[in-house]
Formats: sequence, structure tokens, C-alpha cells
Amino acid sequence: MIRLIQLTKRYGKFTAVDNIDLVIPTGELFGFLGPNGAGKTTTFRMIAGILRPTSGTVEIGGVDVLYRPLEAKARLGFIPDRPFVYDKLTGGEFLRFAAALYGQQGPSVEHRIDELLELFELSRWKDELTESYSHGMRQKLIISGALVHKPEVIVVDEPMVGLDPKSARLLKDLFRQFVDRGGTVLMSTHTLEVAETMCDRIAIIHGGRIVANGTMAEVQEQTSSEDLGLEDLFLKLTGGMRDHQLDTILDA
Amino acid sequence: MVRPSVWTVLMPKWRSVLSRLREEQTGSSARALLLGLVALGFWAAAFGIAYRVLRYFRGVEDIGNLMAGKVLGIILLAFLSILLLSNIITALSTFFLAKDLDLLVAAPISRSRFYVAKLGETVVHSSWMVGLLALPIFTAYGIVYQGGLLFPLVALAAFIPYLILPAVAGITITQVLVNIFPARRTRELLGLIATGAAVLVLVMLRFLQPEQLARPEGFKNLVDYLAVLRAPTSPLLPSEWTAAIIMNWLLRVADPWPVAKLWVTAALAVFLGALLHRRLYHPGFSKAQEGAERKIRRPMRGPVAGLLSSVSASKREFILKDLRLFFRDNTQWTQLILLAVLLLVYLFNIKSLPLHSGERVPFRLITMVSFLNLGLTGFVLAAVAVRFIFPGISLEGRQMWLLRSSPLDASAMLWSKYWIGTMPLLLLALIITIFTNWLLHATAFMMAVAVGTIVLYTLAASALALCFGALYPRFDTENAAQIPTSFGGLVYMMGSLSLLAAIIMVEASPVMTYLRMDRYGGRLGQVIPELVVSGVLVAGICIVATLVPLRLALRSIESMEW
Repeated sequence: MIRLIQLTKRYGKFTAVDNIDLVIPTGELFGFLGPNGAGKTTTFRMIAGILRPTSGTVEIGGVDVLYRPLEAKARLGFIPDRPFVYDKLTGGEFLRFAAALYGQQGPSVEHRIDELLELFELSRWKDELTESYSHGMRQKLIISGALVHKPEVIVVDEPMVGLDPKSARLLKDLFRQFVDRGGTVLMSTHTLEVAETMCDRIAIIHGGRIVANGTMAEVQEQTSSEDLGLEDLFLKLTGGMRDHQLDTILDA
Repeated sequence: MVRPSVWTVLMPKWRSVLSRLREEQTGSSARALLLGLVALGFWAAAFGIAYRVLRYFRGVEDIGNLMAGKVLGIILLAFLSILLLSNIITALSTFFLAKDLDLLVAAPISRSRFYVAKLGETVVHSSWMVGLLALPIFTAYGIVYQGGLLFPLVALAAFIPYLILPAVAGITITQVLVNIFPARRTRELLGLIATGAAVLVLVMLRFLQPEQLARPEGFKNLVDYLAVLRAPTSPLLPSEWTAAIIMNWLLRVADPWPVAKLWVTAALAVFLGALLHRRLYHPGFSKAQEGAERKIRRPMRGPVAGLLSSVSASKREFILKDLRLFFRDNTQWTQLILLAVLLLVYLFNIKSLPLHSGERVPFRLITMVSFLNLGLTGFVLAAVAVRFIFPGISLEGRQMWLLRSSPLDASAMLWSKYWIGTMPLLLLALIITIFTNWLLHATAFMMAVAVGTIVLYTLAASALALCFGALYPRFDTENAAQIPTSFGGLVYMMGSLSLLAAIIMVEASPVMTYLRMDRYGGRLGQVIPELVVSGVLVAGICIVATLVPLRLALRSIESMEW
């Protein structure tokens, strides 16, 4: 379970995340949507313990990230939006290192590394330096890194970017089965079809505040937009570009 | 269509510098104060030494002015070699690896403007530290020789083309290399080339034997000595022309020839550099996008992992990871070659000292040399720490998300980094200290003082390197070799050398007293209170200089945000 209580992050005078309250129970796949700069990545980084909140609380499995960070982080698998890995480590070494950070080692870890690499079709690249990996391969490697220690909760920022259709499908199935087995996934995505088809519930964040939260039907009801699909609903809540603005730019 | 100007290309960099300065200003005032004090102390010391030496030269008739000119030429020659290496490394980043290049290369910018803009950026990046080091030296020359109000302008006019020439040379070398090898391989190749060139310069400087200038009795007669002083050290290099311009101004000699040589050569070099850039840059840039290394490496698990078997899994894998990254990155491990040569040159210098060649040497001089040796060993250790320990935090860079989101304790990470850097440094410190003191025929007491001091200093120098590395991280760098020459690296060097100076100052007087008593009073082994006090004080300073920086580093790591 993930619980955010009055979570706020300010950079000087700018408020990136403004007093967010959110609960994602165990066994749920939750979609976090919002336009660029809305505060999604900042929220995720606070959940992962990378950014320190200005105020408010983050709990993972009932454990406060700020006050008991090691215990809270041990339950988490974090997948960032940009797949930065150590260039001079091989894929296998990176996963071994990622497992060791969670105190895991030995034959069971080696077995799991092989399984994950096999799943993501990286086995033949296991002993090659990651500097030769493509963007998508790196993305699959860090997803494997987040799963190698068997987390209870996965927080994933833009997982589909750079993945080929086959890997994207694999990831969708993987997350679905993960929550079906009692895990929790918090996922941000700009691909609204993915959110609509995959997620149990969604929240839309805009200007650092949550402007809608619930199942698709609940969100439609909250915004009095029962007849709108997710894309139109998203644009209604976050402000899309008007036709005359497009005309101005293209005709200039 | 109006083509983008040189300023348009440089503007984002300029704005970035301004905003970074603004961030620094709004940062901790205690940190700014500490930085100011360290910088001021270092500059005051550099100025003080240069001033005293020049005052002494000025007082020596006939040869004093020649000595001052000669010393300036040698200093500028040493700077020139540093600048050339620095420009080769920097040009690879600014011309081939920087993040803004995709945008700039795709934009309709004329090649010559692009070249001039990037040349300017390379000059600033690679030369600012040399500029800061040269400032107190030039100031001392201007004051001692009464250069007048116009002297700063003259010095600047002599210094700017002096900086441009190695930049043009460095950029050209880099462009040629990138056209032959893919850029990723070139970066590693450059590590080797830079190391090789540095080795060559070191050996060259060693064989120039500048110490001979201080021993006129080594020459057959005064005419020989004067001939060496009058002859330029390197007549074809810009360092000599720059030194000549400055000395001519200071000694009121009207000679436009060095000015013409320097400026015409610089202008010609930029022109030719731009022509070469037109031919070489685009094929090189295209190649730079290719060819990552794929070679399967040895896993480095067997004996090293065995040695670390008692350590927890997370710490062990963390240490193994750092070792793998170090030994697989040619820009990093090749610096060990440079270190080995530096060490050999240093030991050779100590061996060449005429302290035990039969002539009677004053006791005071031998003790002074022992302390000088302690100081130089400390300097070598600080230089090694800035190369290998200081970049530790920065090198985690964009991968820090993994460490920060994992349950790895920040203090465990800090301790791993501290000991993995300190153990080899400590070994090196002991080898240098014991071996050089043996060469100097130091007494057992002096050996004990030197070993004790260097161990304490090494622990503190490592902690300071980690601390300044954490306070001034460079996560955004495209080239690991640039991290030690960043602003934080300079501040670290100033800080660690100030600590070294403080230790030697506290120790020198009581140790001298004790040695004199030991030698003349026959009170061998007797404990004297001021010696005990100085020992306790040095231990106290070093312990504080170890624990406080480690604490500051930990706090800095814990508060880092990405």
C-alpha cells in the first residue's frame, strides 16, 4: 500500500506538488496522469526517497519513508523515467548489484537474474557492457533491476517510453499479474489508452494538485463528463490547445 | 535569413554560469565564508612566496633580473603543458560529447562561428584554473618590479593569446583523433595520450634540471652560468614570448618582437584551426555517434570478492562495482601510470639532493629538507586524492536514483567510498615517506614523526576529498577527467594544502628543538613538553579534519536531490 498525506514540494517560490492526499491499496494498479511539468515525477521521486518533501508524509506498506527510509525502501521497486545505468557494468553485474543493494545474494539471486533477463530477451546481452545497450534495452534492464529483489510495491514513471510493442505488451501483462498476486503498482503514463485499459483507478494531477481521482466512472462523475472518454476528459481538466491557437502558429 | 552569431551560440552557457552563481549566492553563507577564507589563504600564501623570491632576486645584482625572467618562463612552460592536456580533454567534451551539440549541429550556424564559439568555451573551461593560479604570481611580479597601473592590462594582453594557442592545438589534436577513432574509444585513447604526454613533460622538466639554477657552483665559470640564464628555455613556445613581454614591460625594455610573435601566431592559429575544423569536424562528429564498446570483460569476482567475503552483500557489491568502473574506464586507470612516473621523478629528485655527498651540510638544512619532504609528500597525496577520491560521488551521477531509492544506508556508501580510496592512498603515503626518509638518512625519531604525521594527514586528506566531492558534485559532466579540475577540485586542493601547512607549522619548531637537543645536548629519548603538545595538537587537527568533513559529506549526500 502507498499512502500520501498532504504531500508538498516547493522549489523556492514555485510549488511543484501541492498538498496531495492519495491512498493506493494493496492489489491495485493505479494510473497517475498529468501534462508535462504537472508534478508527476516529483511525486514519484518523493515516494522513492530521492527527493525530500517540503511537508507531508509518504508511507509504503505503512512505513514512513522519511523516518524509516531503509525499511520503507526495502519494500519498493522504483523505475525512473530515464534509464541511466552504469556504462561499464555488464547487464548481469548491474542486476547483481541492484539485488545486493537490497541485501540479496547467492544462487537464488543468480537464478532470478537469469529468469528476468530471459523474460525481457536480454540473456544474450548478459555479459556485455550496458554502454552498448539501446534505450529500450536499458529500460528493460532497469525494470528487471526493480523486480530482482521481489518488491511489494512498484513505482514506475513512464514505463512504455522506448519499448517495442512486444515488450510493452509483456510489461502490461507483468504489472497486471503482479497486482493480481497482491502487489501494488503506481504508474505514470502519457499513453491514455494504456491507463484506461490497464488501471484500476486513476488520478489526474495538474499544477501540482490532484484534480480528479477514482475509477474511470467516478472521475467522469466527479467532472460531470459522463459522455467523455479519458482523452477528452484529460484535456478538459488540464486545458488543451484551442484550434485558433494552432491556426495562429501554423499560419505564421 | 540572419545566421546565428557567436554570442547566440554561447548565450546558454553564459546564462547557465550566471544562474549557477546566483544559486551559489543564495546557498549557505557558512560555506561561502569557508570558501572565501580557504581561497584567500591560498592566494596569500602563493603571493607571499612569489613576493619573497622576487624581492630576493631583485636584490641580486646582474643576475637577479635574469633569474626572475627565467623562473617566469619555466612557470609559464609548466602551465602551457597543463593547458595543452586540459584542452585536449575539454575539446572532446565541448566539440563531440556535449549535450547541446545535437541542437547546434542541426541548426544553420556557420562553421567558423561555431568554431569560434566552441573555441571560446574550451578556452574558458580548460584555462580558468591556470588563470587563478597565475594571478598571485603576476601580481607579485607587478608589485616587486613596480609595473605601474597599466601592468594588469599588459599582463592580460600577454596572457590571452598564450591561452588561445594551446586551446587551438588541443582542439586540432582531438579533431584528428576523433576522425581516426570513434569518440567513445577516443575518450579512452585520449586518457592514454594525455597520460603519455604528461609523463613526457614530467621527464622533460626533470632533465631540464631547474635546480641547477640555484647552484651556480655547479657551472665551470660565471660566463657559463649567465649564458644559461640568458638563453631562452624554449624559444619556439608561446610561454617564452609571454614571459618576454612581461619582463620587457617590467624592466622597461622596448622590444615589440615578442608581442608581434605572440599575437600573429595566435591569430594565424585560430584562422588555420577554423579551416581545419571545416574539413574535419562533420565527419568526426558523425563518427562520434558510433561505436560503443561491447567487449565482454573479466568479471572481477574471484580473489577480490574473496577478500571482501566478511563484508555485507551490499557493501561488497558496492566496492566491487567501484573497482570495476575504475579499471574498465581507461580515462581513470591510466592516471595510475602518471602517478607512477610522478613518484619515480620525486624519488629520483630526493636521491639527487647533495645532502650526503661528502660536503658538510648544516644540520638545520637537513631538518628543513625532511620537513620539505613531508610537505611535498602531502602535496603528492592531495594531488592523488583529487584525482581518485574527489570524483567518487560525482561519478555516481545519473545512477544515483538507484542508490537513493534502495535501502542502502548513505553512511555505508560513504564509508565504502572512504576506505576504498584511503587504503591505497595510505599505502602510497607510507611507501613514499619511509623510502624518502631512508634516502635522506633521517633519524629514527624523524622517521617516526614523518610516518605518524603522514598517516594522520592521509586520513584527513581522503575525508576532505570526499567532503568537497560531495559539496561540489559534477553529476552533469560528460567527461570524468574534468571532475578533478572543476571548481570544487581547486577548493579541495587549497583546503588540503592549507591543512598540510598548518600541520607542518605546528610540528616544525618543537621537532627542531628536540633534534637539536638530541644532537648537541645528548638528551636522547627525553620527553619535552612542547613536543608532546605539538603532537597532540597535530593529532587533534587531523582527527577533526577527518571526522567533520565525513559528517559534512554524509549530510550533503543525504540532502542531495535529483
